[in-house]
Amino acid sequence: MNWYGLKAIYYHEMDRMRRTLFQSLISPIISTSLYFVVFGSAIGSRITEINGVSYGSFIVPGMIMLTILTQSISNASFGIFFPKFTNTVYELLAAPLSSFEIIIGFVGAAATKSLIIGCIIIATAGIFVDLNIEHPFIMIFFLVLTSVTFALFGFMIGIWADNFEKLQLIPILIITPLVFLGGSFYSIDMLPEFWQKVSLLNPVLYLVSGFRWSFYEIADVSIFTSLITIFFFLFSCLAIIIYSFSKGYKIKN
Amino acid sequence: MNQIIKIDNVSKFYNRKLKALDELNLNIDEGEIFALLGPNGAGKSTLINTICGILNFDSGTIKVNDLDIIKNYRQTRSLIGIVPQELNLEAFETVWNNVNYSRGLYGKSPNHKYIKSLLKELSLWDKKDSKLRELSGGMKRRVLIAKALSHEPKVLFLDEPTASVDVELRKDMWKVVKRLKQKGVTIILTTHYIEEAEEIADRVGIINNGKIIIVDEKSRLIKKLGQKILKIEINSKIDRIPKSLEIYNLQISNKGKTIIYFYDTKSERTGITALLSELKNNGIQLKDITTEQSSLESIFLNLLKESKNELVRP
Repeated sequence: MNWYGLKAIYYHEMDRMRRTLFQSLISPIISTSLYFVVFGSAIGSRITEINGVSYGSFIVPGMIMLTILTQSISNASFGIFFPKFTNTVYELLAAPLSSFEIIIGFVGAAATKSLIIGCIIIATAGIFVDLNIEHPFIMIFFLVLTSVTFALFGFMIGIWADNFEKLQLIPILIITPLVFLGGSFYSIDMLPEFWQKVSLLNPVLYLVSGFRWSFYEIADVSIFTSLITIFFFLFSCLAIIIYSFSKGYKIKN
Repeated sequence: MNQIIKIDNVSKFYNRKLKALDELNLNIDEGEIFALLGPNGAGKSTLINTICGILNFDSGTIKVNDLDIIKNYRQTRSLIGIVPQELNLEAFETVWNNVNYSRGLYGKSPNHKYIKSLLKELSLWDKKDSKLRELSGGMKRRVLIAKALSHEPKVLFLDEPTASVDVELRKDMWKVVKRLKQKGVTIILTTHYIEEAEEIADRVGIINNGKIIIVDEKSRLIKKLGQKILKIEINSKIDRIPKSLEIYNLQISNKGKTIIYFYDTKSERTGITALLSELKNNGIQLKDITTEQSSLESIFLNLLKESKNELVRP
């Protein structure tokens, strides 16, 4: 194992966050605060409690997931896309690093950044609503698992994308709608029966549901189903990335 | 001498169609400076990128220090440093961080003393805290060399190291390359500049259409394949070559004041004596005579011409 190489990639990527610290941290704080003002206070005050939880508190897990997902994807996709774009990827390919080590370096850094931002959002949410986390360790477990899984997914997008448009395409066209339609701001019980069944096809629903369970012990699907779904997605992404990276897809000619 | 790189029947296709390397064979001796010459698209960069693991190849074997570059990629890659042709650097990083980052990638523990001496040797120490985007093209080229040397490689690939750099920097680079050779580093450089190969290389290889046309020691290559040039300065100006001298394929230069004769040193008779006597018979008075060895450039051009006619040498 090339530990120094892995460490070099990890710190190199984390350093990018340090250089854009203000933008990296302030932006999620502002957007979270806006969500609370609009959905929590303005609209939420007119919505009754959901399963005994005030609407402002109910949306916290969904909002954290929304940010974690988008941040993990954008950090990891940009992390590997940038060296491709600047042609500095040659250095990674010529170094004595396995595909797995390169992936761990980039994905680890992207997931760490997302976790930091996730913690900031939880702290910001605590200012607006009373937060009661029933299962803090499960909550942290979900947070780490989701960050890693979607950083892997972002890494896949970064490998596939050969221009900035493609880099934004999947997050905008697929991820954001899935998050909004995955029960981030509502329980699927509130939907007509047909749309409840359609929602079950949305993988993000399982993330949000499991994560919300760790806060309030209320969920749209069972916690085990949520875990199995995330693990399935994680290993699928990992297998695809290792295979495509080792074959040099979109990286080596 | 130990051969540090052994390339055996390597072929490489782009998009399964374009043959960039064509069953190429080449061995590089340990500690030598090897210059790979060739026109644009000949396969120079493809070859070195393939050896370094940046590109995949389709068939054949490549060994570095007797280790297969696929099976033993960790050992072989840690022996190699590469300076790419383009100035590819991350704009917002400092010189110091970026060079240390490269050392880390190659699995080496941090060694600030070594990196400091390296930056000083490459005249980069004053710029260690500068962001890479703030550097001139020449300085960026030096940073790329520092990055390639950051893990103390045994083999260094320089892909067009002096492309678009000024004469002063080019000479500086040559000094660096010579110093590295003294330290036992094997250097393989690709270049368009024949004078660069003439100046620093021990051996020269010429590549065209993905095949090595010829490999030999620089001096022997010039001697073996080079024609000699006889320059005859005459007292009076002439406008054309007299008919009786046409068989010598003479050329007129210097506004009719110099006659040029190309001859082959390997042939039994050079024809110089006969030519001089013919000149005398034609009443041409000689002022001075000089001989010159033809340059690598003319050899290179001749070989390319031959290879186009499919006269490929082993």
